Amino acid sequence: MLITVNDLERTVNSGLTTAIKKSEINFGQLFIDIDVEDLSSTILYLKTNKKCKFKQLIDITAVDYPEKEKRFQIVYLLLSHENNLRIIVNLNIDEKTIPTSITKIFPSANWMEREVFDMYGISFEGHPDLRRILTDYGFKGYPLRKDFPLTGHKEVRYSEDKKKVIYETVKLEQEYRDFDFESPWEGTKYIDEETKKNKDMDK
Amino acid sequence: MVKQTKTMNLNFGPQHPAAHGVLRLILELDGEVVEKIDPHIGLLHRGTEKLIEHKTYMQAVPYFDRLDYVAPMNQEHAFALAIEKILNIEVPIRGQHIRVLFCEIGRILSHLLNITTQALDVGALTPSLWGFEERETLMTFYERVSGSRLHANYFRAGGVHKDLPRGLSDDIMQFCNTFPKVLDDLEILLTDNRIFKQRNVDIGVVTKQEALEHSFSGVMLRGSGVPWDLRKSQPYECYKDFDFKIPVGKNGDCYDRYLCRMEEMRESVKIIKNCIKKMPSGPVKSVDGKITPPKREDLKNSMEALIHHFKLFSEGYRVPRGEVYAAVEAPKGEFGVYLISDGSNKPYKCKIRAPGFSHLQAMDYLLKGHMLADVPAVLGSLDIVFGEVDR
Repeated sequence: MLITVNDLERTVNSGLTTAIKKSEINFGQLFIDIDVEDLSSTILYLKTNKKCKFKQLIDITAVDYPEKEKRFQIVYLLLSHENNLRIIVNLNIDEKTIPTSITKIFPSANWMEREVFDMYGISFEGHPDLRRILTDYGFKGYPLRKDFPLTGHKEVRYSEDKKKVIYETVKLEQEYRDFDFESPWEGTKYIDEETKKNKDMDK
Repeated sequence: MVKQTKTMNLNFGPQHPAAHGVLRLILELDGEVVEKIDPHIGLLHRGTEKLIEHKTYMQAVPYFDRLDYVAPMNQEHAFALAIEKILNIEVPIRGQHIRVLFCEIGRILSHLLNITTQALDVGALTPSLWGFEERETLMTFYERVSGSRLHANYFRAGGVHKDLPRGLSDDIMQFCNTFPKVLDDLEILLTDNRIFKQRNVDIGVVTKQEALEHSFSGVMLRGSGVPWDLRKSQPYECYKDFDFKIPVGKNGDCYDRYLCRMEEMRESVKIIKNCIKKMPSGPVKSVDGKITPPKREDLKNSMEALIHHFKLFSEGYRVPRGEVYAAVEAPKGEFGVYLISDGSNKPYKCKIRAPGFSHLQAMDYLLKGHMLADVPAVLGSLDIVFGEVDR
């Protein structure tokens, strides 16, 4: 029997009770927030529970919010073929926390966790082979963090003198330009900041 | 007596004609038997997701063409759907039909390339020559509608960029009438071909359970007998108005996947024909001036249109706060976009879920115990394009 997304929300909430900090339905998809300690148990529950049957892991990714204390949000996307439903599991961690790897539950999590490690520098406990995956051999830094510059740090070229490919620090012929086209009437960043400052001063 | 075996490490690629791009495999071989495979990917990594975070929504569309460059419009489709979900706008019915039309053309483009190059990898040269001729015709359709053969940049949030030029639907219809003959010819060359079967039957077998565990999607999942196609199960656009079948394999080997792709092309032709017959009239993109650019002639007469035009091409449109995952059934599998908007004119985060990434990951498990010569055969049937794997 097919269950709707509302049924699913109820099932998940009653099955996992305290593990779920928040659940909401947006655009017909169920989003749940959990704590990092409950990660493996939640994923295992979603996979094996007879009502949920989230047998496929679609993707793992992370989001960087540098201004927050718990900087990274890790996102697990799961799909249930039987129920034709998706669920999105979120958890927030700070830079030092190491979440457990779910490779034992879903073997396909292997590369997905490697990608998160490569792009955000988040390690996973119990991962069999946590190496960089997409970036160059010997790459330094975590490209998808918000504080990583778009131009990167190193560039590669073939040196005619040395007869080999060499790495150099990025040299920009012209300064990197990041135009802010946002309408000043609806509050671009600098205006927002200024009005905020003025308000604070008024107080 | 203990038999002493020594394994040999072999470096395959990154430049190898059978690698379908830049793939480096570190193979551990015992004689000719593969013991372990470690794929090294990322040689085509361009940082698409990072770049998208620094571009407005409209400027980000062309990056999607460059992911799976064999079927560009299917990728754009996922991105457009994600934005539309957050913006909560409807695409006019004619726009939806045009999208379906070109997504199916993309599917044929991709499958033609895959089947013919897979045949090439196992020793048949002719199919690629025949198949590429048809691809060329299909790419001229792309060109006529968008201006470029490969990187179309045609699907926008709210619809498509422009209406079909005059005479295009007739030509596509003409193509649909002649194309099944080419498919028949290809089948004569391959389906019962002894060498092709010897190289593909019972090679790279995936069971139902394993296909699910390894996050397979698309033909890789259907070839193993899981009837799952997002066009049917979670219909987007106007796919529910069309009548088409989902071919499902039985054995989950390379040969079944080939058969699935062959059948899918025939179904795609059906959809395209149906689509042209049904093609309703009306606008092709949302009439909301805040999202889609105004008509050229309006620019000369309407101040409002002029302002909209200027704002759209400088600031772009703002997308309200929200998180959404939107997926389409791309030729290679489930292609998804996980979009987070912070309310500004640029995506805060745009994660691209490429089907090839999970498929390639399974190389090690698929090929353990196979012969070295099976590596290109399996790689061919996985349908890997490095644009989307490396992103």
